Amino acid sequence: MSDKVGIVIVSHSAKVAEGAADMVRQMVGSDVPLAWCGGDPDGGLGTDVGKIMAAIDDAWSAAGVAILTDLGGAETNSEMAIEMLDDDRANKIAILNAPLVEGAVIAATEAWGGSSLEEVKQTAEELSP
Amino acid sequence: MTGPDLKALIEAVSNVVIAHADELTDLDQAIGDGDHGVNMKRGFEAVVSDLDQITAKPVGEALKAAGMQLVMKVGGASGPLYGTLFMGLGKAWPETLDQTSLATAFGEAIDAVKARGKSEAGQKTMLDVLIPVQVALAAGGDLDTICDTAETAAAATIPMQATKGRASFLGERSVGHMDPGARSSQLIINAVCEALS
Repeated sequence: MSDKVGIVIVSHSAKVAEGAADMVRQMVGSDVPLAWCGGDPDGGLGTDVGKIMAAIDDAWSAAGVAILTDLGGAETNSEMAIEMLDDDRANKIAILNAPLVEGAVIAATEAWGGSSLEEVKQTAEELSP
Repeated sequence: MTGPDLKALIEAVSNVVIAHADELTDLDQAIGDGDHGVNMKRGFEAVVSDLDQITAKPVGEALKAAGMQLVMKVGGASGPLYGTLFMGLGKAWPETLDQTSLATAFGEAIDAVKARGKSEAGQKTMLDVLIPVQVALAAGGDLDTICDTAETAAAATIPMQATKGRASFLGERSVGHMDPGARSSQLIINAVCEALS
């Protein structure tokens, strides 16, 4: 398991999530655990608690996981997904208040440098005045 | 409430939501992302498909199980919001059921929805129907009163400006449309009243 903070990208659109993940990979390669999800349970635009839980699992790191979301439902469903995990894990996950693409790239770059979850969160959230 | 009653009640609620999917989607297309109807339909169809298993449980647990289906299947913010409402009601379900204890439990479920959505009354949301219904219930209102309260409350969201959810992006342009979440809440309350009367 990586010792670097993992990044999860949650968008209403699988294409947006995948594209943002590509941009993260270009910046940090495979050194940072990364997972993305997008789309409702039928594949339309939306978000899916089950997919978010699976993405958190894929990107899991002992240092924790930072989640980037796009619009309201992505955040609400991410909060729901976190609550459904064990407290041990839930306490090591943060939803970042930052724009999805820029936030994911900056958070991953910060994570790549070995920063803590709190530092990753702070750096990405500096994007949102 | 016994098993068969609960089954009929949850089925009635689900069928009403499913039957009004197009209307909810139309309302959501006016001021949102236009997925409320199809999302709610998917969620309540999942509830119906699992109805025997859900209603084999005691009422509180059954409500939690129905809420969990909505959380996992709806696919929009209304999944966690309605899921939280049902799970919250299940969690608070009173040992001795009367109107007062039901009103208290419903109030706790609404508080959970407020926390989930970081929302309050007056923001043009489902809460603008649920809260007045809870007040009417707590005041001892009969089924007709509760049904009327829900209808009036849903209509009262039309002149409101949305400050929460996707409709808030529209600012003043959200005025003049009924909130789709308020309408779906009214449909659910209405279905419960009809099933119990």
